[in-house]
Amino acid sequence: MTFIKKTLAASIAVAAASSLAVSTAQADMSDGEVRIGYLADMSGTYRDLAGPGGLTAMEMAVADFGGSVDGAPIVISSADDRNSADVGANTVRGWIDQDNVDMVGGLVASSVSIAVTKVLEENNGLGIVSGSAASSITNEHCTPNHIHWVYDTYPLANGTAKAVVEQGGDSWFMLTADYAFGHALEADVTKVVEESGGEIVGGVRHPFPTSDFSSYILQAQGSGAKIVGLANAGADTVNAITTASQFGLTQSGQQLAGLLIFLNDVHALGLEATQNLLLTTGWYWDMDEQSREWSQRYFDEVGRMPTMVQAGIYSSTMHYLKAVEAAGTDDPETVRAQMADMPIEDFFARNGSIREDGRMIHDMYLAQVKTPEESTGEWDLYEILSTIPAAEAYRPLSESQCKLVQN
Amino acid sequence: MTMIFGVPLAVFMGQLTLGLVNGAFYALLSLGLAVIFGLLKIVNFAHGAQYMLGAFAALLGFRYLGINYWLALLLVPLVVGAFGVLLERFLLRRIAHLDHLYGLLLTFGLALIFEGTLVNFFGVSGARYATPEILQGGLNLGFMFLPTYRAWVLVAALAMCLFTWFMIERTRLGAYLRAGTENSQLMQAFGVNVPLLITLTYGFGVALAAFAGVLAAPLYPVSPTMGSSLLIVVFAVVVIGGMGSILGAIITGLAMGIIEGLTKVYYPEASNTVIFFVMIVVLMLRPVGLFGKEA
Repeated sequence: MTFIKKTLAASIAVAAASSLAVSTAQADMSDGEVRIGYLADMSGTYRDLAGPGGLTAMEMAVADFGGSVDGAPIVISSADDRNSADVGANTVRGWIDQDNVDMVGGLVASSVSIAVTKVLEENNGLGIVSGSAASSITNEHCTPNHIHWVYDTYPLANGTAKAVVEQGGDSWFMLTADYAFGHALEADVTKVVEESGGEIVGGVRHPFPTSDFSSYILQAQGSGAKIVGLANAGADTVNAITTASQFGLTQSGQQLAGLLIFLNDVHALGLEATQNLLLTTGWYWDMDEQSREWSQRYFDEVGRMPTMVQAGIYSSTMHYLKAVEAAGTDDPETVRAQMADMPIEDFFARNGSIREDGRMIHDMYLAQVKTPEESTGEWDLYEILSTIPAAEAYRPLSESQCKLVQN
Repeated sequence: MTMIFGVPLAVFMGQLTLGLVNGAFYALLSLGLAVIFGLLKIVNFAHGAQYMLGAFAALLGFRYLGINYWLALLLVPLVVGAFGVLLERFLLRRIAHLDHLYGLLLTFGLALIFEGTLVNFFGVSGARYATPEILQGGLNLGFMFLPTYRAWVLVAALAMCLFTWFMIERTRLGAYLRAGTENSQLMQAFGVNVPLLITLTYGFGVALAAFAGVLAAPLYPVSPTMGSSLLIVVFAVVVIGGMGSILGAIITGLAMGIIEGLTKVYYPEASNTVIFFVMIVVLMLRPVGLFGKEA
């Protein structure tokens, strides 16, 4: 019972008309169509950071591309993975077996992405992961059949933790979600903090998910650490920050460091609770003219400003379609090679390129949440403090455990 | 510094206080469940969703109608309670003669529908509800900084629990209710309108959940899923206290809040499960619950 809705994303009429007019020989597209599957959490915890908005972003990319590649119409299918690795893997298996889907995009929960990329590898498909955090997706779980766009845990720890220690935040208390993702992030942060000359003075691992953080915040206050690092995500982070604000954590001189925070989280929390929070992001809608222009179009469609994941879905879909056009085929292997050959430079990615392990590296940004006084509008939330160059942001290939990398 | 089992006294006292605040929430929610189950024999799986509806009603009332917190505390339970009355009158009553399982399934389905509908319109990130001005800031208790709002929650929730207990156990109306569930035919023969009593009781239970929802709105992000995570714990509290026991629900709620709070200091990894451990132990030693009556 997969909830598959087929959406003819762009007008087929336009596609048909243009193919008639040009009447070139049809390029080598399987079934005469380029088929894209959008798989994401459409209804649960991660809905707002990708979800239906991500699908809209993908549809925008298809429409902007013209709705067809060399006369072959582009068709999008979408499904809700409900954050279940099983549901995700089965959906994708069906897409490949029955619908001949050429590329799977979206992909949010790390567990779903890891399961889906295995299926893609077995069936020689192609996936572009845009929403997941785990850096293992292009490390020990890398495959020749997927690419990881937007961000991962490595730059999150590297960007935020390093900057915080450099600004004098040299003693840390870690508030960690008690599961694989939290442990991985905690380990990355600990490494960066210690290498930068700081120390971890204490920490607590809270169950996932937790709604009441008052007890943990009290422990963090008692620890005397300058920085309280949040190695959790989604609702847990939101709840932790809300509680910290109620207990006057920042007023008493301690500072929060959010390690995985999305625009929708800050929007939900409000600036009163999140002001001055440091975070690392792959993109921000108000970064420059190009970003603002695209975001305004997105806003007109959806009514919310896009998160970095939603922008990344547009960027990756566009890059995929350009590669299909350049290669003249939708064959996964050829297209992936073509994608890696072309540099990525658009409103989303700066200095972007795809490495052999499938990691799309691009400039990342250290941002600070504005104070209510500084903000001029509902979505005026971040100030970009500095750029972390693409080459430094991600895990160096020399440390890679990916089977595609020769070390 | 005085230490208690390796934890500074100040920290210990702080956790005890926070446990009590959370316990008051558990008490209020499990009380509503206990009233509904004790008098109607309905396992109300929509209780979490009704709590969430309370929080949402407060949020939307403020946003679109300018209803302030204090007015919401009064109006929202009435509105959501009235909605509960409609549910009982038009849905639950139709299956009252069937096995309890049907009521459970119906309320569970309703909860999913409420949640899904709101997720569709508001997403899952949740929204903030501002703490009323008079309750902002905090009290310095010496051993901890207690936000004023949490102190208020403790007082308000306990007052509501006592009020409910008094109504059911000590008034004539409460006596009718208890008698009506014991032997409804006899009560009807005496001229008491039992179906009306039952409808109103369900509405009251729902209103209690909505009241808790309004209390929770400034504490947690108001989101469509806020009730479902809490509901399981609250059910465990009701089982420990004894299904249907009013006083049992109140005392167990507070006790579980404290036990959970202390677990968060000594072994935080188990804090989400400790209540279920207690539940298992209680069920093994006393299957009817701590305050339940032997059948």
